[in-house]
Amino acid sequence: MTDRIEKTIELKAPVSRVWRALTDHREFGSWFRVRLEGPFVPGQVSRGQITYPGYEQYRWEAVVQKMEPERLFSFTWHPHAKDQSHDYSGEEPTLVEFTLEKTATGTLLRVVESGFDRIPAKRRDEALRMNDTGWGMQMQNIEQHVRQAAA
Amino acid sequence: MSGRRRLSASSGGARASALKARAFVFAALGDATRLSVLARLSAGEPQSISRLTLGTDLTRQAVTKHLRVLEGAGVVRSVRSGRENLFALEPRRIDEVRDYLDEVSRQWDDALARLRAHVEE
Repeated sequence: MTDRIEKTIELKAPVSRVWRALTDHREFGSWFRVRLEGPFVPGQVSRGQITYPGYEQYRWEAVVQKMEPERLFSFTWHPHAKDQSHDYSGEEPTLVEFTLEKTATGTLLRVVESGFDRIPAKRRDEALRMNDTGWGMQMQNIEQHVRQAAA
Repeated sequence: MSGRRRLSASSGGARASALKARAFVFAALGDATRLSVLARLSAGEPQSISRLTLGTDLTRQAVTKHLRVLEGAGVVRSVRSGRENLFALEPRRIDEVRDYLDEVSRQWDDALARLRAHVEE
C-alpha cells in the first residue's frame, strides 16, 4: 500500500496516437467516459459530464497542469468530489500524470495518481506537518503489521 | 471511472468527511516515528505511554503527541484501565484506506483497458 497509484501499460500504437487519445478532449472523453465541454488547455479548468453508465449524474472537473507534446500530460482533480451542492475548492486535489515513452513496438504509458495524503490546509496542524518522510515502504510495513496483528 | 469512486458514500457531507478522514490517515501514517509507535501497538495488546516510550529515544511528551495525532486520525484509540490511559491499535481505518486505494487502482485498470482498445483498434 502506498499514497499513490502507479500503472504502466505497453500499447501497440505510436506515441503520437496515444498522445492524441490522451489530449484530444473528444478522444479522451470516449475512453474515459466523460463528455467534455472544450479542449484541454494548461492552467485552465476542464469541465464536463461523466458518461459512464449509471454515473451520468456526475460532473467532471479538473485543472490541466502540463501538456508537453508526446511526453507528459497532467491534471489535478477531485476524484471523490462530485456533489454539486458541495464546495470542494478548499480541498486538495490529487494529481494525475500520464508519461509517454517510445518503445520498439509502440508506447510505454505510465499513469501516476498521487496526493492522497493531502489534507485541507485549514485543518493542518503542527504535528501533521511533519509528514515528510517517503512513506510508501512504511505503509507496506504497517500493512504487514496490521495483517500480523489480525492473524 | 471517476463516478464510481463515490459508491460507498451516501451524501455530500459524508463524502467530504470520508475524504478528510482518509487524508488524515495518510498524513498521520506519513511519519516514521508514528509508524514505529503503531508498530509497537500492532501486537494487539493495549499499552501505556510509559511502555511505548520504553526502549526508544523518544520523550514521553513526544510519544504522547504522536499518539494524539494517531488517535485524531482514528487509527489508535485510548482505553481507560484503572488510573492508566492505554492505547490500542484500531486497524479498521487503515483497512478502509487500503480498500479505497484498491478501488482507485481497479478503476485505472478499467480505464486503461478502454484506452488500449481505443488506440489499438
